[in-house]
Amino acid sequence: MSSSDPTAASLVARRTRRSLGAGFFASELAILFRRRRTWAMLLALAAVPILIAVAVRISSSGSSGRGPAFIDSITQNGLFVGIAGLTIAIPLFLPLTVGVVAGDSIAGEANTATLRYLLVSPVGRIRLLVVKYLAAVVFCLAATLTLSIAGILIGIALFPVGPVTLLSGDTVSIGDSLVRSLLIALYATVSLLGLSAIGLFISTLTDAPVGAMAATVVLSIVAQVLDSLSQTEWLHPWLFSHYWLDFADLLRQPIEWSSFGQNALLQLGYVVVFGALAYGRFSSKDILS
Amino acid sequence: MIDGSVTGSSRPAHASGLAIETTALTKRFGRQTVVDDLALSVPRGSVFGFLGPNGSGKTTTIRMLLGLAQASDGEISVLGERMPQRLGSVLPRVGALIEGPGFYPFLSGSANLRRLDSADGFAPSGTRSARVARALDRVGLGHAADKKVRAYSLGMKQRLGIGNALLAPRDLIVLDEPTNGLDPQGTREVRSLIRSLADEGTTVFVSSHLLAEIEQMCTHAAVMRAGKLVAQGTLDELRSAGSTRVTVTTPDTDAAAQVLRTLGLDPGHPDATGATVTAALPEAIAPEDIVSALVAAEVRVRGFAVDHASLEDLFVALTGEGFDVVQ
Repeated sequence: MSSSDPTAASLVARRTRRSLGAGFFASELAILFRRRRTWAMLLALAAVPILIAVAVRISSSGSSGRGPAFIDSITQNGLFVGIAGLTIAIPLFLPLTVGVVAGDSIAGEANTATLRYLLVSPVGRIRLLVVKYLAAVVFCLAATLTLSIAGILIGIALFPVGPVTLLSGDTVSIGDSLVRSLLIALYATVSLLGLSAIGLFISTLTDAPVGAMAATVVLSIVAQVLDSLSQTEWLHPWLFSHYWLDFADLLRQPIEWSSFGQNALLQLGYVVVFGALAYGRFSSKDILS
Repeated sequence: MIDGSVTGSSRPAHASGLAIETTALTKRFGRQTVVDDLALSVPRGSVFGFLGPNGSGKTTTIRMLLGLAQASDGEISVLGERMPQRLGSVLPRVGALIEGPGFYPFLSGSANLRRLDSADGFAPSGTRSARVARALDRVGLGHAADKKVRAYSLGMKQRLGIGNALLAPRDLIVLDEPTNGLDPQGTREVRSLIRSLADEGTTVFVSSHLLAEIEQMCTHAAVMRAGKLVAQGTLDELRSAGSTRVTVTTPDTDAAAQVLRTLGLDPGHPDATGATVTAALPEAIAPEDIVSALVAAEVRVRGFAVDHASLEDLFVALTGEGFDVVQ
């Protein structure tokens, strides 16, 4: 620990105005996508459509007419593999990975004791929450895109590809159908915004990241169970998972945007409410970890 | 409280030349009062030792100073500005190691420092790599910069934590138990680092439960016990607050003890070997008068010493002895 090193004047300089935090956001993304855990989750999500495609290819002997939506369409057109993969992953796999990222956001920093060093650096508490949330949103986008693109690629590899017949009966070009696949990935991303906000809030409640992750995932399952019970029908439109699978309207000609809008509005409501709760909790919390 | 220079609570903090000032600072967790009516005053440019046994409220105080925990009561000013209201403009000028280092185990030492530096809105990204390299060199981790922190030893993590406090030019550096986990060589290095920081004009606030560590590098100190400040001031002030003793080395112990008694001192019984006589020295009596009285009484004086009680004695007297964690 020598103190004899020359004091370079340029190293002493400080910014005169506080930066907006773009650098910190970049650092947050770098950390997120440098973790093996993140890549393992993305690989697992990519494996979902690949497994479906391989299973269907091996066993394909005509359509049975049963099974989840879009599975049947795969054999006719490989471009449906991505959509089928999303349909399978939306109820459990996607919430699972989002629960891990959002639940870990604050609690994980508390657990590694880095939270207090970030806060005295200082990154403001609001800024930290916003950056953590935006990083979770980027992960949601990466997750749904990974799944869609992996599905499209394996579909092209294993099945015939051609113009796509939509639910409305119209046929669109391959290019148009790819755009619609991306739209559906975007729809799934928007669907996960509410859950991400819930995960962020739960993450401010505890120093144990595993607990926050589990609680977030459990909540997503509870919401879906409630959504399937007729006794709680009055509650259904308010559940963040209510519109999760309603992206079929994007497969009509012309595109029916109303379900996209409804879903976005509902998710925005969850972001506002749980964002406010997270802020209320975190801004006054004693950081003792 | 031994301190003579208690902070004037009516004075505005920015005029006082204090790096840290608290008035009536209190922290309660439920019904337990962890920090009780604390009035710290840390002069700018000082190396300030913050002493106290484990569990005496040092770390909680530091967390409040840095805006991590909210005070239940009282006021804090750091570098002349109110905390936590002015947190955004105070903390960029403060480097801190708080209750041990905290790093991402899957990142290298330098990647960890870059990450924490990016969280500081006033740190220019252009010089980031150079500043990180310099901080790592300064704490002797230049060779381990690209190693994952997972592979660091406890002492290396501690060094990295100190390096983080040095990423930018600071007016105040707060080090909570900086020598934890360091070997004797590392402890010496931390001491010399703190001295070099002080030479550059940085105020260093260093907490410890080990007095010996602090005594060698501090100009000022405060002692905590069970959440309360029991002493504060310069090291000389603290030392002079302890009792002073005279020790006479002589073969004529009985005669010497007799002389001391006639002067009004209380030598007690000479020790077993019969070579020295010791007694507490009241302020009213000058040591040279004792020597001349001893010589006049034909006591064969082989040695004569006036000792201030060591800070160690004072520390133990203030905080109690033994392993009991104060509740």
